[in-house]
Amino acid sequence: MRVIIPPALHSYTEGKGEVSADGATLADVLAVLDNRYPGMRFRIIDEQGGIRRHIKIFVNQTQANGIEESLNPTDKILIVCALSGG
Amino acid sequence: MVFPKTNSTPASGPVTLLIGTRKGGFLLASDSARGQWKVSAPLHLGNIVHHMALDPRDGKTLLMAARTGHLGPTIFRSTDGGGTWQEAEKPPAFHKPAEGSKALVVDHAFWLTPGHASEPGVWYVGTSPQGLFRSEDGGKTWEGVAGFNENPRRYEWVGGDQEGPPGGATLHSINVDPRDPKHLYIGMSSGGVFESTDRGDTWQPLNKGCSADFLPDPDASYGHDPHCMRLHPLAPDRLYQQNHCGIYRMSRPEGVWVRIGKNMPADVGDIGFPIELHPRDPNTVWVFPMDGTTVWPRVSPGGKPAAYISRDAGETWSRQSNGLPAQDGWFTVKRQAMCNDTHAPVGLYFGTTSGEVWGSNDEGESWRCLVRYLPEIYSLEAAEFK
Repeated sequence: MRVIIPPALHSYTEGKGEVSADGATLADVLAVLDNRYPGMRFRIIDEQGGIRRHIKIFVNQTQANGIEESLNPTDKILIVCALSGG
Repeated sequence: MVFPKTNSTPASGPVTLLIGTRKGGFLLASDSARGQWKVSAPLHLGNIVHHMALDPRDGKTLLMAARTGHLGPTIFRSTDGGGTWQEAEKPPAFHKPAEGSKALVVDHAFWLTPGHASEPGVWYVGTSPQGLFRSEDGGKTWEGVAGFNENPRRYEWVGGDQEGPPGGATLHSINVDPRDPKHLYIGMSSGGVFESTDRGDTWQPLNKGCSADFLPDPDASYGHDPHCMRLHPLAPDRLYQQNHCGIYRMSRPEGVWVRIGKNMPADVGDIGFPIELHPRDPNTVWVFPMDGTTVWPRVSPGGKPAAYISRDAGETWSRQSNGLPAQDGWFTVKRQAMCNDTHAPVGLYFGTTSGEVWGSNDEGESWRCLVRYLPEIYSLEAAEFK
């Protein structure tokens, strides 16, 4: 499925703003991405499995509440850096 | 007790100041005479860099504690003087909590300390909230020091869930006894000073004699607010700390803090953030006082910035303001933003939250601005590359 990567993480994805990764849950997709782009997951997901405060993840048009959310093969994932102050 | 001066050899080469700012890292490099200084392009521009440190054992490895406003904390590592950087493969992170314990998340890595000279590759980092982590591979991977992070009393020591000072509660001032790699000291804001003699497996509070006027118990064992604590590397039984409640000195093994800040001028007071030690004289110490009255402005008292030096272990103090603004200088110098080199005379440096670095080539007797217009400065370390 398509995963849209915010500019703050392009240093991990070799500059790519969109990548492909599959998985049955958001956690699976993030694991695939972290395997491909080491270190990326921890920058957006904390050590207790929580989505970091200034990161939002959308599955299609809906904000994910956690990374255990189930996915369909046709879903589009959007990772967003929310506002974090000046 | 006055310690004898020591005979370690002064450095004579160029000095590089490692500057951590709210918007990235910078290197400010001098010539051998420390006369000309040149600032680098930003390193990791846009990252919040709390601290950078050089590994004195190899003289070339740099670690940087960084995060961004959006992205979580990490450690960057350079082995070529800051030219290229690699991210830690496993940054500091708390373990999943035991049943019934609170889950902790590292907000940022705050304080980097190289390990003992006999343990190349060992580093420590203190985090916010208060956590202690160790690397044994030069900063590539980090593991929590379980004796602290998972200690059943940790929550009590740090005062529960309180946010702590602006910027978050931190574990800082990690000092390794040069005689014994298992002997560690840490400072916590809040929590106080603690000591371990078994490489961090167990900890004891070390706050006797230190005031904590914000606690109901004036003789509390812990809960204090050290801003910066230093052990003298050549006289490791001598400790100094700049605390929220004054300036203190301790001699071991007695283990009682003595408020040497009482000897500061009353109109200046003894509140501040950093404290620096002379590399060859355990009796010489510098502080940079801040206004800690009323609502705690935390700026130079009266708008007249100055360092203060004691050459007799805090019994007497002298003002050092030659070259600094005589008025209208509302400096704030954070706990990690003052440092010294090991030249003779010693070079002394501080960075301000308004983005200026000031330096002295004569142990604080005169000052000049080395660079301005940087972002808010969090930390400053003097590196002498090999």
